[in-house]
Amino acid sequence: MKTSYREAIRQAMREALAADARVFLMGEDVGRYGGTYACSKGLLDEFGPERIRDTPLSELGFVGAGIGAALGGMRPIVEVMTVNFSLLALDPIVNTAAALRHMSGGQFPVPLVVRMATGAGRQLAAQHSHSLENWYAHVPGIRVLAPATVSDARGMLAPALADPDPVVIFEHAQLYNQEGELPEDWRCDICRAAVRREGGDISLITYGGSLPKTLEAAEWLAAEGIAAEVVDLRVLRPLDTATIAATVGRTHRAVIVDEGWRSGSLAAEVMARILENCFFDLDAPVARVCSEEVPIPYAKHLEEAALPQVPKIVAAARGVLGK
Amino acid sequence: MIAPPPSGPVPWDKHFAQELLFDMLRIRRMEEKCAELYGAQKIRGFLHLYIGEEACAVGALHALTPEDAIVATYREHGHALVRGVPMNAIMAEMFGKSAGCSRGRGGSMHLFDAAARFYGGNAIVGGGLPLAAGLALADRMQGRQRVTACVFGEGAMAEGAFHESMNLAALWRLPVLFCCENNLYAMGTALGRSESQTDLCAKAGSYGVPAQKADGMDVVAVHEAMKAAAHQVREGLGPFFLELQTYRFRAHSMFDPELYRDKAEVEQWKRRGPIHTFSARLKAEGKLTEGEFLALDARANAQVQAAVEFAEAAAWEPVEDLLRDVVAPT
Ligand SMILES: Cc1ncc(C[n+]2csc(CCOP(=O)(O)OP(=O)(O)O)c2C)c(N)n1
Repeated sequence: MKTSYREAIRQAMREALAADARVFLMGEDVGRYGGTYACSKGLLDEFGPERIRDTPLSELGFVGAGIGAALGGMRPIVEVMTVNFSLLALDPIVNTAAALRHMSGGQFPVPLVVRMATGAGRQLAAQHSHSLENWYAHVPGIRVLAPATVSDARGMLAPALADPDPVVIFEHAQLYNQEGELPEDWRCDICRAAVRREGGDISLITYGGSLPKTLEAAEWLAAEGIAAEVVDLRVLRPLDTATIAATVGRTHRAVIVDEGWRSGSLAAEVMARILENCFFDLDAPVARVCSEEVPIPYAKHLEEAALPQVPKIVAAARGVLGK
Repeated sequence: MIAPPPSGPVPWDKHFAQELLFDMLRIRRMEEKCAELYGAQKIRGFLHLYIGEEACAVGALHALTPEDAIVATYREHGHALVRGVPMNAIMAEMFGKSAGCSRGRGGSMHLFDAAARFYGGNAIVGGGLPLAAGLALADRMQGRQRVTACVFGEGAMAEGAFHESMNLAALWRLPVLFCCENNLYAMGTALGRSESQTDLCAKAGSYGVPAQKADGMDVVAVHEAMKAAAHQVREGLGPFFLELQTYRFRAHSMFDPELYRDKAEVEQWKRRGPIHTFSARLKAEGKLTEGEFLALDARANAQVQAAVEFAEAAAWEPVEDLLRDVVAPT
């Protein structure tokens, strides 16, 4: 069945709300407005204002309250409009949610799910276009997910809610309108990366909003007779090192595609894992395609130049292959 | 209950009154054109129109001096324009051209102009408030008698940044004029659904900051209130909180389906529209003729037309310059 990414998220939330009375959704404009990205449209009518809870503009307050509610026995889904605004809630996420289980000697796990949009590409300029998944993926105590397909958008929420620890889910804003086939079995293993395309010549490793671009780059490469394997990390913490090592073991070459800024990026971490685990498998230095190190500019041509794009991925792959 | 349209005498001479009317018209016509250009995909990203709220920016900013500073939000086209940022530079910015007031880097939400002491253009709700406190602190520490006016929506009053900034400003008696444009909705969230205390002046007053409200649809009321407030702040009496009660006639942004308010409410507020009510008052007092109104409107439209032509013709920033202005050149 054809479904949009947005619809898949809505279905996942509806199912969770119907299945478990402890689950509720809160965030800015999730109710009456229907959700900034319309993911929660219709849920207010179905589940009422107690469980589809509009919050004031108080990111620190309602994310922190989500942690408290989780401690108190609820299973909150907290929606933060975008990762940009989540910086106002970094403190409760990092200092409380992520640390509490350990800091309390195992007494206080935090079964919380935080969803947020991420990424650039819509000319929203520097304060609305961040990709800071790596900041969260840096922090022990939380799981970080990035659904890049309709199936994962549908399938990630249930295991995230079942996780006894905090889970942060990044939805790339460019993906909401994406339509795709929703498979019969959309269940998702939130421990494992996924191979989205097989190929023996080179591994293209990516996640989130860069997956469609990377798959397109693989098509271009195929036209040149290069068989690229595309790996969707989808679990950004803890990283699935085994899948990364396996693909590089097969292809001996890799390019990492990451919308985050290059310095200190997730791409850097993936490269480090490859060096640690696959050094002797490599036939060439690993390359990466990241965002240019500039606050994302408004003008279309500058924004495009700042972000990973298909031609850059293709060029990087050619470079690694010495072509 | 929606109040009756603003009325009563206009305590200004014809010249000043028409100047303010002209500024309101400039904002209105510019933004109507922006909406059109958005449809034509010349302007992209988020576009937050100020239509309906013009009396706030015009009344308030005309009460400041060129030495004062303005900190605004993503709904700041009107403030930038009244502050003297050239319309050409604003339009070019929205087109993403390098002749724009932020070199095409900011777009609609991030208009800046150092010469006008216009500090933008902040798209993080509440983000401007601490900045304003800091600008005022710098003035205080350097012995300058200037006002920093900080404009924000009532939605920002739920953010920690509001409370922390109010407290700091009050504690240190900083020369900040907090100017809340209360248009009753933060995106789709009505005031009563976001604030436990909907009397915003009571809320601000709890910090020991003098607080006052004014009819934000009435350019006269806004201007008089702002003038008095700015005087007090400039005299070193500490921060002031002014609530301008207003309404946005258009959607929150170009993506908003407006599920949260009914058309009848919008229509009722339109009867309080700042431009037609002010014009009517001026006409009744013999300070404006229909001919003069049409001439002002035509002038505003001509400026808009010229700005669009300027923006169309302006050059794109070369892609090689992508990394400029990230840090100081070495
Ligand atoms: C910290 C933060 N949270 C959320 C948003 C998304 N957002 C942008 S404008 C807005 C509503 C703000 O309402 P208000 O402050 O009343 O100003 P208005 O838009 O009505 O002028 C929201 C929720 C944001 N930009 N920044």
